[in-house]
Order: sequence, then structure tokens, then C-alpha cells
Amino acid sequence: MSWQGKILRVDLTSGKITVEDLNMDWARQYVGERGLASKYLLEEMDPKADPLGADNVLIFATGPLTGTMASTSGRYCVVTKGPLTGAIACSNSGGKFGADLKYAGYDMVIITGKSDRPVYLLIEDDEVALMPADDLWGSTVWETESWLKQRHNNQMLKVASIGLAGENLVRYACIVNDLHRAAGRSGVGAVMGSKNLKAIAAFGSKGVKVSDPARFMRVVSDSHETMQGHRSRKQFTKLGTHPMLDMMNNFGGLPTRNFDDTRFDGVDKINAKASHTENANGHTNFITNKACFGCTIACGRIAHIDEKHFSIINRKEYWHASGGLEYETAYAFGPLCGIDDIDALTFAGFLMNEHGMDPISFGGTLAAAMELFEKGIIGSDDTDGVELKFGNSEALTIMAEKTGKHEGFGKVLGLGSRAMCEKYGHGEIAMQVKGQEFAGYDSRALQGMGLGYATSNRGACHLKHDTFGPDMEDQTGSGKADPCRVSQDFTAMLDSTGLCLFTASAGLKEPVFRELLNAACGHEWSEEELRICGERIWTIERMFNLKAGFTAKDDTLPERLKTVPAPSGTAKGKVSALDEMLPEYYQLRGWSSDGVPLAGTLERLGLADLTVDGK
Amino acid sequence: MQTHLVIDPQKCTGCEQCEMACSFEHYGIFNPARSRIRVFEFEHGRLAIPCACTQCDEAWCMQVCPTGALMRNAVTGAVELTAAKCVGCKVCTIACPYGTISYNPQNGKVDKCDLCGGDPACARICPTGAIQYESANTQGDAQ
Repeated sequence: MSWQGKILRVDLTSGKITVEDLNMDWARQYVGERGLASKYLLEEMDPKADPLGADNVLIFATGPLTGTMASTSGRYCVVTKGPLTGAIACSNSGGKFGADLKYAGYDMVIITGKSDRPVYLLIEDDEVALMPADDLWGSTVWETESWLKQRHNNQMLKVASIGLAGENLVRYACIVNDLHRAAGRSGVGAVMGSKNLKAIAAFGSKGVKVSDPARFMRVVSDSHETMQGHRSRKQFTKLGTHPMLDMMNNFGGLPTRNFDDTRFDGVDKINAKASHTENANGHTNFITNKACFGCTIACGRIAHIDEKHFSIINRKEYWHASGGLEYETAYAFGPLCGIDDIDALTFAGFLMNEHGMDPISFGGTLAAAMELFEKGIIGSDDTDGVELKFGNSEALTIMAEKTGKHEGFGKVLGLGSRAMCEKYGHGEIAMQVKGQEFAGYDSRALQGMGLGYATSNRGACHLKHDTFGPDMEDQTGSGKADPCRVSQDFTAMLDSTGLCLFTASAGLKEPVFRELLNAACGHEWSEEELRICGERIWTIERMFNLKAGFTAKDDTLPERLKTVPAPSGTAKGKVSALDEMLPEYYQLRGWSSDGVPLAGTLERLGLADLTVDGK
Repeated sequence: MQTHLVIDPQKCTGCEQCEMACSFEHYGIFNPARSRIRVFEFEHGRLAIPCACTQCDEAWCMQVCPTGALMRNAVTGAVELTAAKCVGCKVCTIACPYGTISYNPQNGKVDKCDLCGGDPACARICPTGAIQYESANTQGDAQ
């Protein structure tokens, strides 16, 4: 119970659809969602396969708590080999789609092969079919969602789809569900595009049962109460993640103009306060907050753009409300590109959702292009005549649209920062790890974050560990390796339950998650067993990457962060202490100095059969 | 004193905890498709509106029911279904002008809000106070 116990298997090459039983031994070892999907991926594909070829496997997975009354239970993740990185990709999304996939009776959908024509997958409980999508190919995420609901006369249908970016294999294309929630990172949308799979539409009426309802509802009730009273929960509800902009700016860890600085002068024009304040035209950016399925936090922002703003003045189709700015989008379009125009940022955010692109990677790539432009490495001949200078808000909105529609210089931006900068012979300008662009925290100011970026299994990412506490306390490399490791394992476990990481930020602790799982699943994990699940998940992701050809050399940061001191803020004069932290981290993990898990470590985790190329 | 579900869409975030609470209360399962309260969203989530039976004084569902399966509970004021009498004819789902009665293909009966016998689970769980269970004397005053 709580797991549905069924996997939907769809082979796009043959068009064959089958249902099989979930491997329950693996479910207990890998919990669900991220962990279980990673296990299936490792078992079913060659990690060396071309991420955009027919041999890549694409998995949509829910967790045991998805669809239950535990707060934030709307989540699912997409696990595949990422085209931006060549590493394992694990992109998590909220909204409502995940819950409906589970209500239809499936813990996971495993998609293999490649269709020879555009198709979408329709799931209505036991009725599952691949449908022709020739007429949907070329449409945006928003059009696709609306047309599928109309075509099937079911407003309850939940849709996860790709836009033009995914169709055109933009390396950081995402999969968008429920209009503005996304499995955002590492280019999982391009994998869908490469398979000619436009969308998955799901409606489920089977529901989810838990093993011990009375026990489950007791912990649901207690955890709702804990979260209701928690300070961070109240802040998330009121302002979302937007206030992090001021926090990082004041701290001096806000990457600005492609990591040229760690503070940004224009923050006051794009922060949470600005979004809640009337502008000269009497327009206020923020409208209301919005919850994903089952979520008692509701950190989502609904916003609209000033109708008089240059970006939409003659485009009424954008005069409506939609998903507004959260921290990472505001950072990546704002400080990182030196732009302080909140309407331009919001419009570019709309375009990301409409065309299906990751705002962090798009912002990181645009910032790198701006540096190339300012240094004279590329000129307006390359950029379709657009002055690609830091601070040019028009350049942001034009390039967001060009990249989404795969036109002109947008095709180059669609490669991601690493491939784009290498194309022009200046790989050092790309600020990325394993090909994936950074979130809004500078590794020179937040040392543990730097270690997390360098060792994250999907490339630079802020969501796979949590070292904020130690990072705020001191800015040396000392004492960061262990919290990084411990939080990576904990996050791997929490991601695998089907809940949102923000539950942990909003006051819930390990015993609560364990009690929810145990009451729901009818399996009693001890604290140590669940910790081991997290470590096991982290380790198999690592093993996937090692088998794909990654080595310790890839656990690194750009030279700029290791050699050029932060110019301002609390970390002024500091560089990343990665070289000091990394050996300690490997040792704590029980890995060799080359970053390979030792035989004893694998055995302890029940992974003795895993080796890298026979070594 | 009559009590009603009073709904304030301005406070609704669209989380659907109410839908899960409703299906759990009546069927012991988390299943929005079997919920008697439904949240509808408009304009990319700008507005989310929970819709539930208003327990009409002149209840057309009750008037058209050919088997007398729908009866008024004098204490709560709710029009309740006696499942044993329901033959699944669905006429009440047509009569209801608000679409708050739905047919349940899993048991061949209709699903209708019964105010949980006077302690509605949806109002109990709502994290924002968008659904309240209040005296009918003040219904609409706030609007």
C-alpha cells in the first residue's frame, strides 16, 4: 500500500504498452520517486548511451507519499540521462500532474525507444494509449495543455508537456506541467523531444490508500500544525523564495554579471518588496500565492506584467496572470545578467514556462554570452544585431523568445553555456559544473555550497544538499564536507518520498518523514535504515556517472571561483576552498582519492555487484 | 441554528487538501475524483474556487429523486443520501444546477455532500480558512 505496486512501460519504437508489478524489494531499498527511478535507470540502460538517442530511458516517477494528505504530496520526478550534462538527470516537479499519475494506478512510467512520428501518451486509469500528435507538434506548452483538455473533454486531465524548446532539443529544455510547474533542470525536456513524445496527459480516479490510516492521519495532523506555526512556512506563503535575493545580496553571495561580482546594485528594483509595490503606472507585479497539489505552504507566485511595459505593450496575449518570480529565476535573469527591470524578468519567466526552458540555465547561458559580447569575442553580427550587454533588459526578452522558438542566435544559446563558450574558444567563461549552470549562490561566499555544486550528481545544483547553516557561520572550507555529505543523503531520501524539500525548510524533521512513510507503506524503516537508503541512492547515481565516463576531474568548479577573489561583500578577497574540502569529502564517503566508492563502501550499502568497468 | 459551508475563494490556494479530506472521510482513501467538494482554477491559477453543495432550501435533487434516497437531515440541514435506496438513475445529477452531485461508477450510487454529519472534514483541514463551517444567519454578509 501507498505504493500502487504497478509500473507502466511504454516502448515508443514498437508502440507497445505493458503494465508490470513494481519490484517491492527495490521499493524498500530505494523508497520511491528519485531513488527507485535511479535504480531502474541503472538497471535498464547503458550509462554511455547518447542522451538524445533512442537508447536513453526516460522515467516519470512518483513516491509512496505522492497523492496522500501529507503536505506537498503533488510531486513527481523525471529521471533520465541528461543532454546538458551527460550525467544522470533527476528533475523534480510539483503542480498536480504527479498526483494524478499515481491516482491512475502507477508508481512510475518507464519510456524507452523513439517514436517515428510525434505522439502523446494518454493515461486514464487502465486506459492507456499513444495518440498521434502531429497537429500538436510546434505548439507551446500552454496551447498543448489547453487543447488536450478540450480534445478529451476532461478539465481534470493533468498534462506534462514540452514546448518548442524541447522539440528543438534545447539542451536545458524542461518538462512543464500544470502551466507553470516544471521538471526543470538538465534538459529532460530535450530527451522527450528526441523521442518525439510531446506530452503525457493523465487522469486518475483510483485514489491512494495508506497502510495504517489512523496512524497516518495522526502524523498528518501533527505535521500540518508544525508547519502552520513555523516562521519559514509563513515567509514562504507570504513572499515565496523571493526574499533570498536581499539575503544573498546583503551577504555578498549573489552572483552578478556572470560572477564578476557578488553583489548587485539593482536588487531593490527586482526584489520581493518591488513585486508587491505599485509602480508609476499603478501596476503591482504580484497578485496572489498559489499551492501545488496537497501543499499547505503555497510558495508559488502568481503575477502579471505591466501592460505598458515594452515587452508586451502590443501583445495582449500576455496580459493575463501566470507564474511569477521565485528566487532562482529572479537571480538568473536579474543580477546574473545585470538586469534590474522586474517586468522584463517576469516576461522572460512567462516565456520559459510557455516554451519549456530552465530559467537558471538560460540565465547562466545568456550571462556567458553577454560576457563574450562585452569582451568582443562575439559581435552584433553573431547576435542578430542585438546589443548583448549586461543590463540590457530588451536583450533578455528578445533572446528568451529566440531561444524558446529556436531562431537565430537563440539556437546558439540553446546549446548551454559550456558548449556555446567552447564554440567560440573560451570555455573558461562558462560558469558551470558538468555542463550545468549555477544556482544563485556564489561558491566563494558559501563554501559548502561550492562543494555541493562540485559533487552534485546532476551538475551544479543547489537542491541536492543543504549547508546553509554552516556556510553562514563561517566562510572557510573547514567543517563543510560532513554536513554536505549528510545533507546529500538526507535530501536523496526526502526526494524519494514524493514530498517537497520545503517541508524540511518549514519545520519537519526526519522522525516525521519516517513516521509518514512507515504509517503509509506498512514497512518499518529504522532511522539508520532510512539514512542508508539515502546514501544508497546517492551512491547509485554516482555509479551511473562513473560508468558514463565521469571521473574525479569533473568534481570541480570553474577556475574563476577557485582563483579570482570575490570583489565585495562578506567574502571579499576569498576564493573557493574546494581543493581542501574535496579530499575530506571523498574520505568521509568511503571513496578512493579518485572519487570511486571503495569495495567495502559498496558492500555496506548492499551494492557489492556494482563496479566501474570491471575495476 | 442552521450551519453552512461558507467559501472564500480569495483565501483558496488551490491545494486540494479539502478534496483528499472529503474522500478519506467517506471512503478511507485519498482520491479527489471521489470528493464531493471540487476546486476549480481559472487564469493560470489566479483564482481557485472550491465548489460544494449549498444544501438548497428547495432542493431539486431531493424533489426529483424517484426512490426517496435523498432526505433532509433536520439537525444539520444537509440533504443526505441513503445509499441503500439509491438506484443510480442519476436524475439528481441533472437536476442540481451547480453540478455538485456526481455519479460514482465504482459503487453505482451518487456522491453528495452530507456535511459529514455536522463536522465537515473539508473545513477542518483547510489550511487557509477558505472553507468555514458557520451559522447560516450570517451567510453572505461578508460579501
